[in-house]
Amino acid sequence: MTLLVAVLRRAVAGLVVLWAAATAAYLALLAAPGDTVDSIIGDGADTPLIRSQIVREWHLDRPAVVQYLDYLWRAAHGDLGRSYLLQRPVRDVIGEQVWPTLKLALCSALLGVLLALILAVLTRRPWARRVSSTVELVLVSTPPFLIGIVLLSVFSFRLGAFPVSGDRGFAALVLPAVTLALPIAGLLTQVLRDGLDRALEEPFAVTARARGLRESAVLVRHALRHALLPAVTLTGWLFGILLGGAVIIEQVFGRPGLGQVTLSAVTSKDMPVVLAVVVLSAAVYVLLNTAADLANLLVDPRLRRS
Amino acid sequence: MTLATARPLVARLKFGFRARPRWGLSVAAGFLLLALLATLWPGLFAGADPLAADPLHVLEAPSAAHWFGTDQLGRDVFDRVVYGARHSLTIGVAATLIAVTAGVLLGVVAGLAHRLADEALSRSFDALSAFPLLLLALLFIAIAGPGTVSLVVAIGIATLPHYARVVRAQTFVVRQAGYVTQAVAFGASRPRLVLRHVLPNVLGPVPILAVIGLGEAILAAAGLSFLGMGPQPPSPEWGSMLSEGRGYLSIAWWASILPGTAVTLTVIALTVVGRDLQRRFEGRLR
Repeated sequence: MTLLVAVLRRAVAGLVVLWAAATAAYLALLAAPGDTVDSIIGDGADTPLIRSQIVREWHLDRPAVVQYLDYLWRAAHGDLGRSYLLQRPVRDVIGEQVWPTLKLALCSALLGVLLALILAVLTRRPWARRVSSTVELVLVSTPPFLIGIVLLSVFSFRLGAFPVSGDRGFAALVLPAVTLALPIAGLLTQVLRDGLDRALEEPFAVTARARGLRESAVLVRHALRHALLPAVTLTGWLFGILLGGAVIIEQVFGRPGLGQVTLSAVTSKDMPVVLAVVVLSAAVYVLLNTAADLANLLVDPRLRRS
Repeated sequence: MTLATARPLVARLKFGFRARPRWGLSVAAGFLLLALLATLWPGLFAGADPLAADPLHVLEAPSAAHWFGTDQLGRDVFDRVVYGARHSLTIGVAATLIAVTAGVLLGVVAGLAHRLADEALSRSFDALSAFPLLLLALLFIAIAGPGTVSLVVAIGIATLPHYARVVRAQTFVVRQAGYVTQAVAFGASRPRLVLRHVLPNVLGPVPILAVIGLGEAILAAAGLSFLGMGPQPPSPEWGSMLSEGRGYLSIAWWASILPGTAVTLTVIALTVVGRDLQRRFEGRLR
């Protein structure tokens, strides 16, 4: 019963945050200077007749409150509006480009988490830890586009091992995925190592050692699980880094994807597309965070109280 | 076996009490000082004009005459990196100032407010931090148009919840402290209570957060300028220099990689100094 209440509370909190995010984005749109009709016309013909047609077609003559409620209603049903620029449903525009970005993000996440796990477990000795900490600091502090450009310079231009740009085949995915994975690995390693340090001082680690377990077994079988808990909380953050990073990395490597869509929408003020990308990313973030919360609730009964 | 169990404790003791080598900290602080000087008086380190083109010396490799080489217009990359500090660092500092000021104000208000107002404010912080930093900034820039000012405000707004949350939590602690209760009992007015007793005591962790947050702001600013959303060319900003040099990467790595390294070194230095401050601050609390 307490579990059910706790789950419901998390779910409702998630919904509230999601609604607030959608509203904040919409308010920002209202506050934007410039006329919506101008944005829709763009470079096209501009006559009073066309203007009044646009106002009618996009329902711009309705009160702002009605437009807002309409926007919420449609967004809740998965209708993200129509692109000013391309005159097509935003859902189609985003749907076509989501796969290359998703592919990149998933590969990077997998690679980053694997690297972090390996590094955190293997660098327990003082000197290894010091070297690894320095590398992590450099990785976390380096802008992802610089990592990408260094990798491009070395592996594509000097060694010719990977294609310079585009999205053809697996080889084109390697460098972008590594670029995005490195900063993630840097930060996750720090968190995991911290968690391992703490877990190894717990009584259960002492008990495990007292049973005669080897240090490596204590580390992998007992401490690592505890160290993973705080790392799970970072899932939402990880997603933000992946998406923001993907926008930049796609630019560095000339890959198609959500990044290109977003950037061209930002420069041409195609607000429905920008709004959709931003609100969608917030929705996924909230979803992931709520899922991580629920996972923690299931794993750790101590959180169910209060 | 007893040795094995005792090991973590012993390791901790040794680690905690040994004087750690401070050279890393000194190098980082020194670098920040140089960066500050470059921001205030770029002429100290670099030649006259970071925009001076020289069509006869285009894309030359680093040499004694041009330490960091020259770019596609024959401009000296070292000069541009030094003058770029003014753009990149000022954007970072201004954005962090906005975030800290607004964050502290909203945090104190949320911490002192009644339950409903606090709930509303806290949920807005949550909503704001649900957007990935880069995308929130892009939304703002889509509305306000690209440029230095929108970049600063965009990053300022996007990083504000971080400070607001910490200050709100701190305010909760402070408002229950004995000296606040006593001041209330002595009949202190509300503004006096907030300005004299609450505000000074909630600010403790903020400067440290700001140092580390400054690194984050500089990274975000460089990323957005790389995407062309910040200062427009020919301004020597580190992120946009990198994006201009990207096209010549196959023949002139220095035009893009060296400005990027300036960003990395600055952020590393800020992180090292910030972490040291944090360690000292926590030591004082214990």
